[in-house]
Amino acid sequence: MTLSVLAAEAVSGGSSVVHDANWFLENAWLIPLLPAVSFLLILFFGKRMPKQGAEIGIAAVGLSLILAVLTGFAWLDHRDNFEVPGTEEHALVVEADGSAGSDELTLTAAAEEESDEHAETDEHADEGHEASHPYVAVQNSTQWLQSGGIEFNAGILVDGLSVMMLFMVSLVSLLVHIYSTDYVGGDRRYTHFFAFLSLFTASMLFFVVSDNILQMIVGWELVGVCSFVLIGHWWEEKPNSDAALKAFLTNRVGDIGLLVGMITLFFAAGGGLTFDTITINSEIVAGNVSHTALVVAAASLMAAVMSKSGQFILHTWLPDAMAGPTPVSALIHAATMVVAGIFMVARLYPVFFEGMQIGGSSINLLATVGAITLVFGGLLAFVQDDIKKVLAYSTVSQLGYMAMALGVGAWTAAVFHLFTHAFFKANLFLGSGSVAHAVHSFDMKKDMGGMRKFMPKTYVTFIIGSLALAGIFPLAGFWSKDEILVGTGGWGLFGGTGGNGAYTFHLTMGMIGAGLTAAYMTRAIYLTFHGEYRGGHHDEAHGEDADHDDAHAHGDPHESGPRILVPLYILSGFAILAGLLNLPSGFQLVPDSWQERFGHFIEPAGASYFPVIGHGGPSWSLAIVSSAIAVGGGLFAFYYYFVRVDRMSKQLGESLTGLPDGLTSRNSLARVGHKVLVEKYYLDHLYTGVIAGFTKGPLARAAYWVNQNVIDRAVDTAGTTSVRAGRVIYDRIDQGAIDGLIDGTGKASDASGQGLRHINSGKVQNYAAILFAGAALLAGAFIIILAL
Amino acid sequence: MLLNQFLVLAAILFCIGVYGVLVRKNAMLVLMSVELILNAVNINLVAFGALNDDVGGSVFALFTIAVAAAEVGIGLAIVLLMYRNRRSIDLSEADMLKG
Amino acid sequence: MSALFAAASADADIYVAQNVFFGLIAITMIWAALRVVTTSNVVHAALWLVVVLGGVAVQFLFLGAEFVAVTQVLVYIGAVIVLFLFGVMLTRASMGADESVAREKRTMATVTAVLLFAVMAVALIDSFEDVRLVIDEPQSTTLVSDSIFSQYIVPFEAVSVLLLAALVGAIVVARRD
Repeated sequence: MTLSVLAAEAVSGGSSVVHDANWFLENAWLIPLLPAVSFLLILFFGKRMPKQGAEIGIAAVGLSLILAVLTGFAWLDHRDNFEVPGTEEHALVVEADGSAGSDELTLTAAAEEESDEHAETDEHADEGHEASHPYVAVQNSTQWLQSGGIEFNAGILVDGLSVMMLFMVSLVSLLVHIYSTDYVGGDRRYTHFFAFLSLFTASMLFFVVSDNILQMIVGWELVGVCSFVLIGHWWEEKPNSDAALKAFLTNRVGDIGLLVGMITLFFAAGGGLTFDTITINSEIVAGNVSHTALVVAAASLMAAVMSKSGQFILHTWLPDAMAGPTPVSALIHAATMVVAGIFMVARLYPVFFEGMQIGGSSINLLATVGAITLVFGGLLAFVQDDIKKVLAYSTVSQLGYMAMALGVGAWTAAVFHLFTHAFFKANLFLGSGSVAHAVHSFDMKKDMGGMRKFMPKTYVTFIIGSLALAGIFPLAGFWSKDEILVGTGGWGLFGGTGGNGAYTFHLTMGMIGAGLTAAYMTRAIYLTFHGEYRGGHHDEAHGEDADHDDAHAHGDPHESGPRILVPLYILSGFAILAGLLNLPSGFQLVPDSWQERFGHFIEPAGASYFPVIGHGGPSWSLAIVSSAIAVGGGLFAFYYYFVRVDRMSKQLGESLTGLPDGLTSRNSLARVGHKVLVEKYYLDHLYTGVIAGFTKGPLARAAYWVNQNVIDRAVDTAGTTSVRAGRVIYDRIDQGAIDGLIDGTGKASDASGQGLRHINSGKVQNYAAILFAGAALLAGAFIIILAL
Repeated sequence: MLLNQFLVLAAILFCIGVYGVLVRKNAMLVLMSVELILNAVNINLVAFGALNDDVGGSVFALFTIAVAAAEVGIGLAIVLLMYRNRRSIDLSEADMLKG
Repeated sequence: MSALFAAASADADIYVAQNVFFGLIAITMIWAALRVVTTSNVVHAALWLVVVLGGVAVQFLFLGAEFVAVTQVLVYIGAVIVLFLFGVMLTRASMGADESVAREKRTMATVTAVLLFAVMAVALIDSFEDVRLVIDEPQSTTLVSDSIFSQYIVPFEAVSVLLLAALVGAIVVARRD
């Protein structure tokens, strides 16, 4: 580790940034620009195009994807071959430090193949490599304006993290665009839909390449707006527009936190008054920022993460957001926008790492919120009948994994999970949309069942997505989830993985989550694809699809068309293979050059703007135990649904969705638990019923009630008590005086309560008068206090 | 000249404006009273700018004028809407906020 | 007022004329402002408002802020008043009497305004008892513009956006649909 720190310092005096690099790296701003232009084009000319604007969006996002891929390759080259001026001095340092590594070092300097280095002593070779080819981000910014000596820059920051996000967002977005041409085909706001898909893609790409926090705020808010617009795409139905509003308002809560956090960072980071992400991060890593400021910033930004990335207690908007069209759910509420919070933490990681003291600890806010989210989200997924809601809670749960991973210091694991999750979750959402497209409903219990027969292709992709999500070897989810669990370092108590601390609690939660994930996905698969088809008897099309479906509302459901299936195939492919990008090091079965490729290219290890974090070593025992838990959870659900429920259905001759005498009907405790889950822990009641309702009317009534019952009674009680005391001790005159005083107080407070009620007259001018008079009185009091 | 000449004049205009806002029933007249208040503020801004020999006071007075123009635009739109919905712009009739 | 004259006489001669002129304008403005808030005719109120706004422009001239004074005349008297008159026309607000105001309401408003004024007057007299304003030459417009477009560029942009938002907002609120 010391070596890489040394290396980082050598790069242009402590900063791991260059401004000249490959053309693609320098011009990554084109990637967000293309969809932005497409948004305007679709908005103004979309209706006149032969395909109503869809082709513009697809072309723009396709070009973005190509650029993103080329940028990715440029980055791979840049990461491995970037030469720091004056590397040779460095080599000397390294040589002096690690004599065993000197041979490999010369090999590296000669730019040999990776595999050769790794063939021998891994670590030294690796660090020698780090020294001559340190992690150097590419920044390209231009001054936007300056005011009062503060520069406002607009620019891009390209490093592994942003390259990964660029690729992921543009790929998923392109597939969703293609999928949507079929799925929302014939919709009355088809053009509008594509315009906003483009705008969303542009804002998300803009967000991930931002090189300063101001730009990040802009991108953050833009994705929020797009989310609002797209959730409310079918706003004619009240629930949809309500859901859009709920999403927007919940996110506003977090946005306040974002603003406060960013402002704190702006003023705190080294007193430099800069918005530049790299500078802020480097200052924090160098220890130039007060810890208090970091705690404030990290806590405020936490609020933003909790709202945007659906962490527990502010997650309630995310399942409701499923009111939007399914492609939107796949793109925004599973794969991209909701990971904005996670991305923000990853981008400003030093703030959290230092502010929450992640290293060497065993508990912190971020990790704990993540751990709670992942278990509670997973539990909620069990009681949903709507297939999209199952997936929505699953998303909440997986976002919990990512937040937890960041919280325990497993940065690479979190980012890797973000990457793999995007593919299999988009796959699952699009798959559920494919099914819903066929049956015109999202209700698994009422309108699905037995879909395997009608839609074999969708079924296969859905199974792949579910296996990947559940973390079954060797699909994508297994590798990323396993890394997160390793990163908790909690296994250390049972035999050593190492990491940043000993987060045993979080490891346990992660294990439970793995079991839950497998179980609820098994349930969803059974209810959707197995058993007998329960739909069909509803003749009229219903549900959210009613608005946009085409003519085949009647008859048996059938397999979707190629524009829906091809994206599913591609995403399934990624769901299978993406995990192989980051095989753990020390995994004996694969060549060394395949190990930790993702971490090598993405994690800014040793860069000046990234804290020094520890890495857990992989553990066979942990991998086996967590897999066993996942498989166990899956088998448990499998036994319940595929064996018992299936047998019962055959006996009764109808398609059941659960056992008639299930646990919830036998055991009252289980029933209570089920009820709590169905009511989503009563959080919505808390927000709307208690908090909002409280301030609307009851607050005023409660104040009056308090006045009448508490204050008056207290005064009265005090009065009667002292009267009694007076009767015993004092004579009548004294008693009379006290009594009068007490009664007077009681009457006065009653009268003032009655009087204050008149203030609430509804006349605006009366309010204004109170406002002005109050201000005058306060100012007068202020003057008098100053004069004294 | 004394600084206070201007400040006290501004204070008087401000208070007359406040009186107007509080007492007028016609929404148009309330808006006019708000203009009085804004102008009082402007006099203060320019006076303090002159005191400190700083151009900032004038600049912000200009901004206030722009903001006041926007305010009148929006205010009139609201009054118009109110008139359209209720056939009256009497503020004493608008008491739906009643608790 | 006595303090005002005392200060004026203590000063150089040139200030006497200015002070007398200031006093006249100030009294006119206050009278006009009172008419704005008391007259029962809406159109008259708007016209009285013109007098106040013109007076404010003259005060700006006293303070050497020529550009602000000109803007005041152009924007306020030229545009805002016209807007008001349009508003009066469109809402067909009773050209005649603004119905009598309840006595208790008037008392409440008077008390509030007087209270406010008392507090402000005490604060002002206490803080700036005899601070002199020396205005040698008017502020150059170049200076104002330079400072708007360099030092205050961000507020300027913010105001531009605000105007745009107000424009859109006014249309959205007022249009019939």
